[in-house]
Amino acid sequence: MEIKVLFTILLTTILINNYVLSQILGLCPFLGVSKKLDSAIGMGLAVIFVMTLASFITFIIYKYVLIPFNIEYLRTITFILVIAALVQLVEMMIEKFSPALYNALGIFLPLITTNCAVLGVAVLNINSGFVTADLGILKSVVQGFGGGVGFTLALLLMAGIRERLELAPIHKNLIGLPITFITAGLMALAFLGFSGMKI
Amino acid sequence: MNYWNEFTKGIWKKNPILIIGIGMCPTLAVSTSVSNALWMTLAATFVLVCSNILVSLARGITPSHIRIPVFIIIIAAFVTIVELVLKAYQEAVYDALGIFIPLIVVNCIILGRAEEYASKNNVVASTLDGLGMGLGFGFTLTVLAFFREILGANKLFGYTLIPGMEPSSAMILAPGAFFTLAIMLGMMNWINSRK
Repeated sequence: MEIKVLFTILLTTILINNYVLSQILGLCPFLGVSKKLDSAIGMGLAVIFVMTLASFITFIIYKYVLIPFNIEYLRTITFILVIAALVQLVEMMIEKFSPALYNALGIFLPLITTNCAVLGVAVLNINSGFVTADLGILKSVVQGFGGGVGFTLALLLMAGIRERLELAPIHKNLIGLPITFITAGLMALAFLGFSGMKI
Repeated sequence: MNYWNEFTKGIWKKNPILIIGIGMCPTLAVSTSVSNALWMTLAATFVLVCSNILVSLARGITPSHIRIPVFIIIIAAFVTIVELVLKAYQEAVYDALGIFIPLIVVNCIILGRAEEYASKNNVVASTLDGLGMGLGFGFTLTVLAFFREILGANKLFGYTLIPGMEPSSAMILAPGAFFTLAIMLGMMNWINSRK
């Protein structure tokens, strides 16, 4: 039965509660890195990795450090520090293994720290009541992974559309951000369709 | 240095959302009603001004290679203050804004101003810069919320406008946020291109 619950969480975070298109989290990298498909893939993978790991670590810290010492109010500070350290780690790894990707991601790599989807999933894991649930740790990791996949899905779709938009005739006042937001709005409308899904 | 300019530049000429294009997540997510937008403005401006003051005071003693972690801890401390105060005195607001209160930490406007402005300028200028940027953020947020609340909920400040009319619920959800901001950005481009 647990498998079914985990699968529901995964599908919900990817499609129904897509972090970008339905909960409006993580817009800065969504807008900034979606100009080219290649860098979108790299960014997406980095975010999946950071979000999954961040869910795992923040959950453990919250349950086994913050709650026993009664310092839950330090949640925000603790989480952001953990995420900043994680991002630094990922940055060093990418720089070592793929300098081309490192250059392509540019400023947006350190900015994963300020990607609200990452801190968002850490806070949401706590707010969803996973701390007291059985197998809570597995549920929060799945939610983090699903959130990352959902973010990547939205980012890739957007990058694909924007590469074609470059060639399209657009009114001069709408070039750039406005047309991107209109596209994002249409995608969000399409994703609203998933909210009727019963699983 | 012209202090008046430092204050007003955030409101239109360097509006963080419309011109620089940062701080989108709270803008779009919280603008479902005007009262949410005003509370968010108050919370974010408080954090922005306080962190600007502290960063500006600490600008001489912060080693440059660890400045970003220092800024983030300063910002997170003020966000925790806001979180606790709202939870204690305004629980309805705390519930309505939800995870977007802790997420003020990762609002790029605040870290951006700390890095770009407050770490290089004196306390008075940084305070005014924070106030101006906060107002610019709040102005955009409130205009956005005004249209979304009217179209998406048929309400303004919680009062029903036209009894019996079915509002378009997509406007209160994510698509409406994207469309409204797109129109605002387009309008702003149009105004600026006419000059």
